Amino acid sequence: MSKTITFTNEAVSAVSSSRYHVREHHPENGTLLGFWLYLMSDCLIFACLFATYAVLGRNYAAGPTGAELFDLPLVALNTSLLLLSSITYGFAMLEMQRQRLRSTLIWLAVTGLFGACFIGIELYEFAHLIHEGAGPQRSGFLTSFFALVGTHGLHVSFGIVWLVTLMFQLGRHGLSSENRRRLMCLSMFWHFLDLVWIGVFTFVYLMGVLP
Amino acid sequence: MSDHHQHPAHAAGDEHDGHHGGHDDHHAHADHGSLKSYMTGFLLAIILTVIPFWLVMGKVFDKSSTTGLILLGFAAVQIVVHMVYFLHMNTRSEGGWSMLALIFTVMLVVIMLSGSLWVMYHLNHNMMPGMMPDMHNMP
Repeated sequence: MSKTITFTNEAVSAVSSSRYHVREHHPENGTLLGFWLYLMSDCLIFACLFATYAVLGRNYAAGPTGAELFDLPLVALNTSLLLLSSITYGFAMLEMQRQRLRSTLIWLAVTGLFGACFIGIELYEFAHLIHEGAGPQRSGFLTSFFALVGTHGLHVSFGIVWLVTLMFQLGRHGLSSENRRRLMCLSMFWHFLDLVWIGVFTFVYLMGVLP
Repeated sequence: MSDHHQHPAHAAGDEHDGHHGGHDDHHAHADHGSLKSYMTGFLLAIILTVIPFWLVMGKVFDKSSTTGLILLGFAAVQIVVHMVYFLHMNTRSEGGWSMLALIFTVMLVVIMLSGSLWVMYHLNHNMMPGMMPDMHNMP
């Protein structure tokens, strides 16, 4: 008999606590779901660019091929930089959950630094390719390559701009609920870019150098 | 639902998220991840990145098609790992709406990618010079 009562009480408290959570998170969920839908539409943009590369990727027009152009150690370095920036952003989110402003800002700065290094190496690679005469106008392969990798690079650049802006906001207003929501959106954006990069390094670079 | 509440450990009340597998997944705050889930994802991502690079740079397989298929398999697994451990994707987040949007997007992407490749492959095939013997007789 007493057991039944305990279960009933627990069930009631569970129901009320879940109701409480739903109410508290409601405005936040709206933004996060909307941002997720934006990411899905972004995913379609990248899918179009991947399809373009899949169709045009072997049209070299007697120009240089991927095996001649791509520098895999550099790509490996870039991949590890982006992956590291992903995990440091994760650490920033964990510090945010613990309400520690200072360490959140430090981890965000580390993330931005990794992102900036990634962009720097990518710009170096692009400059090197264009200097060798392998610019986007050389062949269908290079056009689709620059379109796909360049779009990803632009996304990362704007992610860094967003990150720096958010760091100033955090410095001024602290970890308010608005700033926490913004951090969560940027977290999704940043991890999504790392996810797209998996497709890029696998499909463009690694499969591009296969004989 | 009732199984959860008959579990003796659950009588202690609200446990911390992420450490007890599926038992307290129905709490809303389980979505934002823990150190353990981030580190698991990170280690898996490293392994799933290093192996493809090693396969290509070490020229492990002779046939390109074998390597290509394995690479695509690793990429697919790593994308799922990132989804689960970094983006905290599950069937319950936002009341299932994010999963629905994801499934819809994946469907569109698959149709578009496979359709483009299929059509363009046949187009290339049919446009080969050798495939048009009557070219000279055309007006």
